[in-house]
Amino acid sequence: MIGQAAEFDYAGSQALKVLREDGFRTIVVNSNPATIMTDPGFADRTYLEPLDVEGVAAVLRRERPDALLATMGGGTALNLARELQQAGILDELGIELIGAKIDAIQRAEDRELFKSTVEGCGLRVPTSRVVTSSDDLAGISLPAVVRPAFTLGGHGGGFADTPEQLRAQVERGLSESPISQVLVEESVRGWDEFELEVVRDRADNVVIVCSIENLDPMGVHTGDSVTVAPQMTLPDEAYQELRDAAIAVIRAVGVDTGGSNIQFARDRFSGEIRVIEMNPRVSRSSALASKATGYPIAKVAAKLAVGYTLDEIPNDLTGTTPASFEPTLDYVVVKIPRFAFEKFPNADTTLGTQMKSVGETMGIGRSFIEAFVKAKRGLEGDFEWRPDNLHPWFRRELEGLQAEEERQRTLPPVYRRIDSVAGEVEAPSNYYYATWGEQDEGAPQGDGKRVVILGSGPNRIGQGVEFDYCCVHAVQTYRELGYEAVMVNCNPETVSTDYDTSNRLYFEPLDAESVLAICEREQPEGVVIQFGGQTPLKLARAIEAAGFAILGTPFDAVDLAEDRERFGKLLSDLGIRCPDWGIARSGVEAAETARRIGYPVLVRPSYVLGGRAMRVCHTEEQVVEAFHGVHGPTLVDRFLEYAIEIDVDALCDGETTYIGAIMQHVEEAGVHSGDSACVLPAQSLGVAASAEISSIVKRLGPALGVVGLLNVQLAVVDDVVFVLEVNPRASRTVPFASKATGVNLVAAACRLAAGEKLGDLDLPAERPPRQVSVKAAVLPFARFPGADPVLGPEMRSTGEVMASASDLPTAFAKAERAAGRPLPRDGAVFLSVRGDDKAAAVPVAAALVGLGFQLVATHGTARTLRGAGLEVDEVRKVSTPGEEPSVVDLIRRGRCNLVVNTPEGGSGPRSDGYLIREAALAARIPCITTIAGASAAVHAIANARAETALSLQERIDVETSARAS
Amino acid sequence: MNAGALVLEDGTVFEGQSVGAEGFTFGEAVFTTSMSGYQEVATDPSFEGQIVCFTAPMIGNYGVDDTRNESRRAHARAVVMRDARGPEWTDWLHERGVVGLTGIDTRSLVLHLRERGAMRAAAVTGDTSTEEVLTAVRSQPEMAGAALVAGVSSSEQYTYAAEGTVRVAVVDYGCKRSILRRLALNGAAVDVFPHDVDADSVAAYHGVLLSPGPGDPEPLTDETRMLEQLLGRTPVLGVCLGHQLLALATGKQTFKLPFGHRGANHPVLDHRSRRVLVTAQNHGFAVAAGDESGVTHSSLYDGTVEGLDYPELRARSAQFHPEAAPGPHDAASIISKWVEELKHAA
Repeated sequence: MIGQAAEFDYAGSQALKVLREDGFRTIVVNSNPATIMTDPGFADRTYLEPLDVEGVAAVLRRERPDALLATMGGGTALNLARELQQAGILDELGIELIGAKIDAIQRAEDRELFKSTVEGCGLRVPTSRVVTSSDDLAGISLPAVVRPAFTLGGHGGGFADTPEQLRAQVERGLSESPISQVLVEESVRGWDEFELEVVRDRADNVVIVCSIENLDPMGVHTGDSVTVAPQMTLPDEAYQELRDAAIAVIRAVGVDTGGSNIQFARDRFSGEIRVIEMNPRVSRSSALASKATGYPIAKVAAKLAVGYTLDEIPNDLTGTTPASFEPTLDYVVVKIPRFAFEKFPNADTTLGTQMKSVGETMGIGRSFIEAFVKAKRGLEGDFEWRPDNLHPWFRRELEGLQAEEERQRTLPPVYRRIDSVAGEVEAPSNYYYATWGEQDEGAPQGDGKRVVILGSGPNRIGQGVEFDYCCVHAVQTYRELGYEAVMVNCNPETVSTDYDTSNRLYFEPLDAESVLAICEREQPEGVVIQFGGQTPLKLARAIEAAGFAILGTPFDAVDLAEDRERFGKLLSDLGIRCPDWGIARSGVEAAETARRIGYPVLVRPSYVLGGRAMRVCHTEEQVVEAFHGVHGPTLVDRFLEYAIEIDVDALCDGETTYIGAIMQHVEEAGVHSGDSACVLPAQSLGVAASAEISSIVKRLGPALGVVGLLNVQLAVVDDVVFVLEVNPRASRTVPFASKATGVNLVAAACRLAAGEKLGDLDLPAERPPRQVSVKAAVLPFARFPGADPVLGPEMRSTGEVMASASDLPTAFAKAERAAGRPLPRDGAVFLSVRGDDKAAAVPVAAALVGLGFQLVATHGTARTLRGAGLEVDEVRKVSTPGEEPSVVDLIRRGRCNLVVNTPEGGSGPRSDGYLIREAALAARIPCITTIAGASAAVHAIANARAETALSLQERIDVETSARAS
Repeated sequence: MNAGALVLEDGTVFEGQSVGAEGFTFGEAVFTTSMSGYQEVATDPSFEGQIVCFTAPMIGNYGVDDTRNESRRAHARAVVMRDARGPEWTDWLHERGVVGLTGIDTRSLVLHLRERGAMRAAAVTGDTSTEEVLTAVRSQPEMAGAALVAGVSSSEQYTYAAEGTVRVAVVDYGCKRSILRRLALNGAAVDVFPHDVDADSVAAYHGVLLSPGPGDPEPLTDETRMLEQLLGRTPVLGVCLGHQLLALATGKQTFKLPFGHRGANHPVLDHRSRRVLVTAQNHGFAVAAGDESGVTHSSLYDGTVEGLDYPELRARSAQFHPEAAPGPHDAASIISKWVEELKHAA
């Protein structure tokens, strides 16, 4: 099985679970370590390998599976399956593709084939034309929508109202499409949009699991829309027309078994419908539909793929009826997307056919407005929403918004079960939501010990699926320890909100009202807050004030670590160094502080995750500017340049501390730790520095009173160690560290929080792993045209990949491949570095020449390189007038294979550097924005070796035997 | 809004507000799990004598339209809702004299009926004494043993569709317009007969469709006897009550289900094709399993008989609703194939 990013972890882990139960030997390939599906216990063989033909083919050759299931891993997996088939690898190895066959995948994904398939069953798609060149646009009527073939999440698509926009969109779409093909079609912008989640089995039984209505009409990607399930505004005859159409389409496309998502546009006035798109696989929408209905689409699809029929699969929630039915809802579900535009200044924030949201929250209630308000409560952020052409029914319902918010704030809730059958069949379901003004249902029975585990809410930059991974492990561990684990979360894209995971699931917003009401009902021994990122930490005071215990690390430790005054005192008491710092409440104060401690400085508001509004300032002007729009006390730290940045994950039982992993960042301090590539074991630390780091962490744990996980960020300058930050909770590196070392840090932390001591845990001796593992960030710049794709102190990655090998270059090269930035082996490299980096750029450039690369540079850098005796082709900057092609033209024409561009401080949106980086992004050429990153890349190009990929299980064996010897 | 309440015969009271006609009404309290089609439900004659609770929480969202009426009038005595959305729908209830209750804890009501069974009830608006209402509820006739078709059947024969390649007679026990519409759409000329028609009057047709209808099939002895005389003379298709009458006429038994099957998501297995149909259902009585002869379809929920076929008698039937409205169209071919076969035989 091959998987995509985090949002498909729910599907993949469900599928693996049922396939193993059925006695299959399972092999999973997924490069994302922050997933439950890649846990060593989840499959027989787990490969954290790049999801490209080379990576997956190597696994297939080694493991020789009978079948490949590609419908659980999103578009990535499906495209890979197609490529593997085209490369003849599946046939060569005799591997059967199950779920959707190649011809069905083609019919669903290839625009022309899809159109003729749909028309073949008497339905219509928007009128359209396939375009393979931007010179072929005559006669296309506007407005039109441009959709590239075979791209992820509608990637690279967009609207065009004018001929100029059309040309620009087509060029962009062609470059995004792996087969350089786009569809330009009739715009149905403003029509109502509906989606149906359809499941089919090999006996041709078809059921509709869920209907979803988008409040944002056609034109806004469904991932960016507010959506509601079931549909609210269609009469039965109109809904049945969509249902019939969906069934006709899944049959015509020929998806043998499994789930599909089919999207329709419907004109509100004429009732005309158009079939927009079909995903012949589980999707983000099907995860939403599964959570909305209690019908586990991925689990059912996995069983169907291995030959069951729908009537042979039980409905888990009732236990007595089969899955060959259509869920009926006695509640309403609303999904609201979460955006992160504040992270991408200058990016175009217009919503369109390309998905821009980074997460979502779902609310369940007994009316639309109740569900809507609950989703909004779960968002944990501002909600600016101005939909076009909102259906009048929704507009009217939304008039009750304030009254409903008031009601939810003041009235005590009761809880209802989700049972998929609206009460018609008895269902001892453990899946609950809160409502108001009716009877309570299924209150917890018995006097078993309970813990309430708080999840991390909607995915956002800086708080992604890593935390859900930790929460799921916490649930599993507490269950093993004999507790009833009660989960609270409102993010439908997660494993934690699978009702199979916990003893009881409350699909509820993570705010104080909701969490305290659940604690009141459950009367837990304690509440677990250290695994869900910042979200649960913000509730800690309220929970303690209400008289409930926090398990493990007390909240005071969090406060101690976050309150800079207290923390500063603690460090000086312990004799631990930190960079000079001060607290400022205004730009003027900050400038004074900066003068005192010396430039450069790092300016950041306290209590932030993901480096929100964090800036490195070299001048007083920049400091004052950084204060713009910042409220409250702000930290001003001395910024350590050219430091080695270290991340440590450790465990502490209140007295003793265990070092889980010491990791080194590839990019230097100044690039947010979440965006920096990270290596384990740390490569550049001397024995003394290593020992000092261990000693510092071991003093910090007990001093803070940590019982559980502890993350410490440090900087090393000339063997002097500084502490930058301490987080007495799970950090985002925990899944990576656990997988690289083979020690499940979350499970250990839960045991500590439950009262065990480190000595009881039977942990292996502290030692760096023998294998080298690299974690690389997945950056979403391609989705945010207009934003400068450069790394900095503000975190912007939306995911991560991991690769392991016996040496760093091999692991690094593999991680870059996995992150979608494969390093070139030959060709031309364009270099353009800022003044400060020019000296450091010379050895990098020399190494590239040694590897046979041709150098290209703009004037300043070229002069430096020539001065060092290197041969360079000089090229014109965009801002330098001239006739010959500029650097941007070269990149666009594919004449560069690698770009190294380090930005000057404070680069404007239209600067040369920005234009270079944007062009590289559009042309899908790897673009490295730090010298440290470039030097790691060159090292990897020079020294990466072909190496047999080992499974996670084998690597853990290697580590274990190394420790034993 | 006026207060309103649902009083069940076991003394349980569900309080809410009145949004439809004022007054009080008696009926059997039942629930339907269909998420759309409230107007079709309210006008379906099979809901005669019943108080219908919708499990879908918001009812009335898309207003009303005359084309959605399944008969000339509302048959449900009252509708019970979590959250009625107006004004079109609530005005409609008001105009048609249907009591409408909103703000009811419908899920608790549904769980109660599932546990205790469908039962007699009153829907009341305004100030009332629960004790008096309860006494009145308990004096109402039970649904078991109730012969209700005479009250909903057309009293005169009429022609629904004059043109067609085959002629079909529909015996109206409380027929839905969707059945007539589907027959006509498939090319049949359709004449509709009252429930007490004799066998000779319809035997000359290319086929006879026995319609759905309300109440207990068992007391319908005249209708069953007519069928016994008709079987074998011309092809017969029974739907819902028509299916139960066919069963009784062929020596099977019927019984009252605890709380019925009402909804649009019920899985039915066709034993011959091994295929599953997702069906629209609306019945409080069913054909007893045990005697498997002629059984073609079974419920995947409780194993009850969902379809019969007697080729030697040229008679077949479905407990579910191939005409849907509301509900999925998976079983639509039961009517279309039957008409096609009549055309071939004609």
